[in-house]
Order: sequence, then C-alpha cells, then structure tokens
Amino acid sequence: MKKILILFAHPRYEKSRTNKALLGALHGQDGITVHDLYEAYPDFNIDTAREQELLQAHQIIAWHYPLFLYGAPAMVKQWMDLVLEHGWAHGAGVNTLVDKQVFATITSGGSRESYSHSGFNRHTMPELLYPLKQAAHLCRMTWLPPFVVQGTYRLTDDMLADHGDQYLQALLWLAQSPPLKSVRGHDYLNDWIAAVNRKEQP
Amino acid sequence: MIDSLLGQAVVYLAAAMICVPLAKRLGMGSVLGYLMAGILIGPFCLGFVGQEGQDIMHFAEFGVVMMLFLIGLELEPAHFWKMRTSILGLGSLQLVLTTLALTGGLVMLGLDWRGAFAAGLALSMSSTAIVLQSLKEKGLGNSKAGSSSFAVLLFQDIAVIPILAMLPFVALQAGAGATHAPALLDGLPVWVKAGSVLFALAAVIIMGRYIVVPFLRIITKASVRELSIAAALLIVVSIAFLMKLVGLSPALGAFLAGVLLANSEFRHELESDIEPFKGLLLGLFFIAVGASINFGLLYDSPGTILSLVLAVIVLKASVLIVAGRLFRLSFDQNSIFALGLSQVGEFAFVLFAFINRLGIVGSDWTDMLMAVTAISMTMTPLLLLINERLVLSRFGTPKQVEKEADLIDTEHPVIIAGFSSFGSTLGRFLRANGVQATILDNDSDQVDLLRRMGFKVFYGDATRLDILHSAGAGSASILFIAIDSPSTVAKLVETVKKHFPKLQIMARAGNNLDAHELLDLGVNHIYRGFLDTSVRAGVDVLASLGHRRYSATRAGQNFIKYDEAAMHHLAPHRHDTSDYISNAKEQIRLQEQLLASDRASIHNLNDHAWDTLGPVTAAEESGLHQS
Repeated sequence: MKKILILFAHPRYEKSRTNKALLGALHGQDGITVHDLYEAYPDFNIDTAREQELLQAHQIIAWHYPLFLYGAPAMVKQWMDLVLEHGWAHGAGVNTLVDKQVFATITSGGSRESYSHSGFNRHTMPELLYPLKQAAHLCRMTWLPPFVVQGTYRLTDDMLADHGDQYLQALLWLAQSPPLKSVRGHDYLNDWIAAVNRKEQP
Repeated sequence: MIDSLLGQAVVYLAAAMICVPLAKRLGMGSVLGYLMAGILIGPFCLGFVGQEGQDIMHFAEFGVVMMLFLIGLELEPAHFWKMRTSILGLGSLQLVLTTLALTGGLVMLGLDWRGAFAAGLALSMSSTAIVLQSLKEKGLGNSKAGSSSFAVLLFQDIAVIPILAMLPFVALQAGAGATHAPALLDGLPVWVKAGSVLFALAAVIIMGRYIVVPFLRIITKASVRELSIAAALLIVVSIAFLMKLVGLSPALGAFLAGVLLANSEFRHELESDIEPFKGLLLGLFFIAVGASINFGLLYDSPGTILSLVLAVIVLKASVLIVAGRLFRLSFDQNSIFALGLSQVGEFAFVLFAFINRLGIVGSDWTDMLMAVTAISMTMTPLLLLINERLVLSRFGTPKQVEKEADLIDTEHPVIIAGFSSFGSTLGRFLRANGVQATILDNDSDQVDLLRRMGFKVFYGDATRLDILHSAGAGSASILFIAIDSPSTVAKLVETVKKHFPKLQIMARAGNNLDAHELLDLGVNHIYRGFLDTSVRAGVDVLASLGHRRYSATRAGQNFIKYDEAAMHHLAPHRHDTSDYISNAKEQIRLQEQLLASDRASIHNLNDHAWDTLGPVTAAEESGLHQS
C-alpha cells in the first residue's frame, strides 16, 4: 500500500462546499495524510524541512486546490518554490523524489466543456497544468492525470457526495499500484475511475 | 421553644434539608420539595408553623423581589428588543384571552362583573418563580418553550404595574371606595394616588440612572467585599420600601431597577451578590406557599376548591395551547409551555390582598381564590413531571440527533479578564470580526472610561468563582487572561482549571519570567506582550539599514517561531540552578540562555530556495532525459 499526501491549499476553505465534500470523504482514512497548507502557514512562512520530511514519508503526492485565474493559489507556488529546492528535489544526481507519483486535484467553477479549445476558456485542463507537469518531470516524479470537479456552483449535495466517493475511490485504487498505463490513458482520474466501475458492473 | 426566631429558622431549614434532596432524588425538582416541606411543617400537618405563616410569607416575598431584580438585570434593552414580538404578542394574547375567559367563568359563578374582572386579572398571572426555576432545573431555559414562557411571564410582570394602578378606579366604580389604602396615601383622592404611582416609578428610573451607579463606583473603590453585598441589598430593599410606600408591588420596582442597571458595569457583580439571597429566600417563599395552603377550607369544601383549581388550570392551559399554536410551537414545546404556565402566580396573592383591601371582592372569595392559587402552584411541578414521564415519552417526537456544533455556540464565547491596552485591542479585534467578548476588569475608573467609549465592560474581580459564573464561564469557550499581576493570574488559572476544566485558557505574559510561570501552571497558549512588537521594530530597523523588506520580514517570522520554541524548551530547566533567587537575576539568566542559543542557530538556514546559484544546467537536462 502506498501512502498518499494531499497538499491542500484553499484560502477560503470555510466557504467551499465542494472541497468540504472532497476532504470530508477522506476523513479518517489510513494511509491518506491531508495537509492543509493555509491552516499550517497562514503567514506563508513555510517550514521547508518539515515539508521535505512529509514528501519523503509518502509515495503519492497530490496538489489539491481550486483553480483561480487558470493557476493555483499563491500558497502552492510558494510551497513549490521553497520545498522543491535545487540540490534536494532536483539537480545533478539528485534522486530524492524519484518515481513518486504526483497529480493535481482541482475544483473549478467553469464546466468541463468550457475548458476546451472551442470553449470559453480556450485551453484544456491538462494544458493549464503544464508547469506542474514539467516541475514533476524535473524532480523525476511520475505525473498522473488530474482529478477534477467542475461546474461547482451547480452541484447538488448528492452530486457532491458522489464526487467525494469517487475521490476516495481514486486514491484507494492508486494506493494499490494499478498498472499506470491504464491510468494515464485518461484525461482525468475521474474518467479512469468511471471506466473501472463500468468494467466491474457491466 | 419553636416559636422563637431561632427555633423557626431551625424548623424551616431542617424541613428544606429533608424535603428538597428527597424531591430531587425522586426527580421532582427543588420547587416541589420546598412546597412539600411547607405543607409538612404547616398548621395542617405537623403544625410547627401556624399563624406566623403569613408573616413569613411577607418576608419570603422578598425572594420574589430579588428574583425580579435579577431577571431585570439579565434583561438588557437589546435582548428585550430581540424578544419584542413574543413578549408583546404572546404575552398580551395570553393575558387578554385568559382574563376574559376567567371573568366570564366567575360571573357565571355569581360574582358581579367588576369583582369577576379584578379576580380574573389576578388569576391570569402565572408564577415566574415556579416556572423559571422548574424550567431551569430541567435544562429547558433556552428551549423554545423556555423563551416563550419567559416572554409571557415578563409581560405579566410588567402588566401588574398598570393593573395595580387601575384597580382603584374599578373599586371606585364598584362604589366601595378605597377603605384600606396604604398609610401614606390615606384619604387622598384617586388621582393623587395614580399620580404618586407614576411619581414613584419616575423616582426609580432617575435613581437607577443618576444615583445608584455613581454610588456603586464609590463603594467599589473601598474594595471591601461585604460592602458591595450590602450596597446591592440596600438597592433592592430601598426600592421595595419606596414601592410599598405608594402601594405598588415591590417586585415590580425591583424589576425596573434591574433593567436600569442591566447596562451598567456592575451587572455581574450585583448578580453574584444577590444570587445566594434570592435562592434562599425563594426557597423560603415556596415553603411559605406550602404552609399557607388552607387545608381547613379544602376540608370544608373539597369539591368546590378542587374543581375550581381544575377549572382554572384547564382554562389557562387551553388558552396557552391556542396561543402557542398561533406562535408555531411544536407539540412537545407547546405542552411544556401550556402546562408550565397553567398555575396562578405569586402576584395573585398581592393582587387578591389589594382587591380585598379595595373592597372589590369580599374576603370569602379572596380566601378561597388564594387557596386555589396555592394549590395550583403546587400542581405545576407535578403536571410537568407527568407530562415529561407519561405524555412526551409516548407521544412526543424523539430527541433529534445532535447537530454538528457551530463555530460559535454561545453569544459571548470569549471572556477577557483584564482590559488594559492589551485586552482592549484584543477585544476590538474580536468585535471587528463579529465575536462578542465578555470583559471583566476590577478597576472601576478604567471600566467607566471604556464603557463611555462604547465597550461592554463589567466591573468585577475575575478570580471570584461567582463572578466567573455570572460572566458565563460555564458556557464560554475561551478565557483570555490579560491581567498584569502574576499572583492574580496564578489564582485565576487555578480557579478556572478546577471549576471550568473545559474552558480553554490563553494568557498574555509581561516578560519571560511570567511566561515560564504560566507554563508551570499548565497554560500553553502564552503571548508575550513584547515579542511581536519588538521583532516588528527590528524588521523596520533592518529595512532602514538597507535590507530587503521581505527578507527581513521572513527573518522576523522565523525569529518569533524560534523564540517561542526556545521558551517552551527552556521552561523545564529553569529551576535547575537553585541559587538564583531574585527575579531580576533569573530574568538575566534567561536572556543569556536565549542569546546563547541565538548564536548557535542561523534562522535563515533553510531559506536558500530563492538563492539557487544558476538555472538548471544543460548537463542536468540531459541527465533527466536519460532517466
């Protein structure tokens, strides 16, 4: 069983129904560590040593945040800048994070259709994640498709609960080291889980 | 022997000691226990008390006076305003409908309409003492039934003023005239009496505003605990005296005075001073009610009295059920509300006595109705018990699953002890973010100043358990201690840890030594008043010397983090060297220890992320692509 670290960053978590549903589903799960960055570092003064220890203690890492103006909240960038140091996370001969799996969990108000070349936002979600994907590559980590919940303003409580269940299912499946080829064949982790469920219940 | 004052005291207290715990054990509440004690020692059972029962009643009515003073104290105008619809709507509905129904009933029983109306008004009163005490003991004080009951009782308590003022006119029309009006007003025309009533009320208002508060300020300066208790008693007693003089109910005057003082800084102090007297005297009052039940009358005509009691209770409860329905009470809440208020209250005794004196109704009727009143009061705790055990357990809705606790569960979740510049800044910040704090300070000059600036500050010694209780320490979640004197802080921490283990303690420390003492006391949330300001000043100094402000700020943040860790780390070792006795020396030693560890650590050690010498090199690039 792989251990999973959720690096959660939401500057207004108390107002986010969607993220409460997603994190609520993970509550009390063994092997899943939820690390609330805005709660831990309200002054942005990130404890680099502690963060690096956490990274080393887990095999799967997720940056979990709401999409603001096509990027992550400032905390995620601050975390990357300070924690993924040259000489520790990357650099010649550095293998600290090698083969750890990493992906992004993203919530967005816009619908999935709006994030397409013909849609309002003109770019797909995987395209908007290129900087993260490349940073993962630089640190010799394995990049996985994102888990994405979209159109959050229109989600009912039942739908939110479903997304929470899916999130938990995706993490539990990933922890059991599934063949990566099947995972990477999908745009979103959500699609992978849906496909797995379809196969199980024909 | 028993007739002596001490003998009497022994009888009353012993009866209470035996009956109240017994009643509690049987789940009946203390009110029923006191009533039972009264019946037991009354003239119709053991006969320990007889004729003097009436005198005791007069004395014990003081418990009711004090209770209303306390109700008034707790009733700030803002709170009153919040409850205005239920007080005016529910209250007036109950009073008008009940009076009409009872008047109709009494007319049918052969009273003339004036007498029936006066008696109907008296019977429509419910007992604030019994209802509030019973509901509080059952933990229903804050339920919908509790607040509705409170609203109705409050309206009745206030309505007694105009009723008392109006009764002489009813008497005048009845042709009987005022035969035994209070001594001072004897032989004066009715309009003078009505005028004197208004005058007395105005006097209470003016006294409350302009005399009592400055008077209390002078008293508190003396810092003698007994003196402030004496002052509190003096206020209540003198108002009662004034009201008696003009023939008004002392309870109402006390209530009015309470409301006037509710907004003053002495509220909690007065509350905790009067509370024990109220409890005792109210118990005495219940005993007196029990003892005054005229079992002789009951023995002579049990059918009449009991059917009257039944009729009154059924009538009052029916009106209350209708009113509760109109105000959307659920079945459970409505049944508690209706049965709870179905008795005739202590004000009825006052009103009947007054009605009798005015000659509106003859004493044969008033004697009987007073017996009805006393018996109906005894029935209430029983009715509530039956309702709880038999009705609600079968037909009531089962208790709902408790909801997830709200972020803020009480109106004032924070208590700030000590409101100096530190405490006031804290209080301002909390208030700006919608969190109300109860603030305690024992410097009455300071309190006065801050109140004039619009703060809600109460005068009181925070180390006193009763003051903490009335400040809401039982329901608050955080106590912030911002008191200067370390010995007072230590005393407060000990009291709170012992009596309110759930209350989280946070504290300000004036210097490192105080901080260590707080750590020894088991307080972990410590804020050294100087730390953040000094470091912020240091950051500015660095910036003025040409350092980049962000780097200096981060260095400051790290310094604070490190210093807090060092404080916790050094605390256990501070008693190691026993030869350091004087505080100053120990303070210096602490500073030296801190300085020594400063030199050993470099705060920005881990801050080289942005200092990376060059960009990722081509060699690394190719290395990456191979993997």
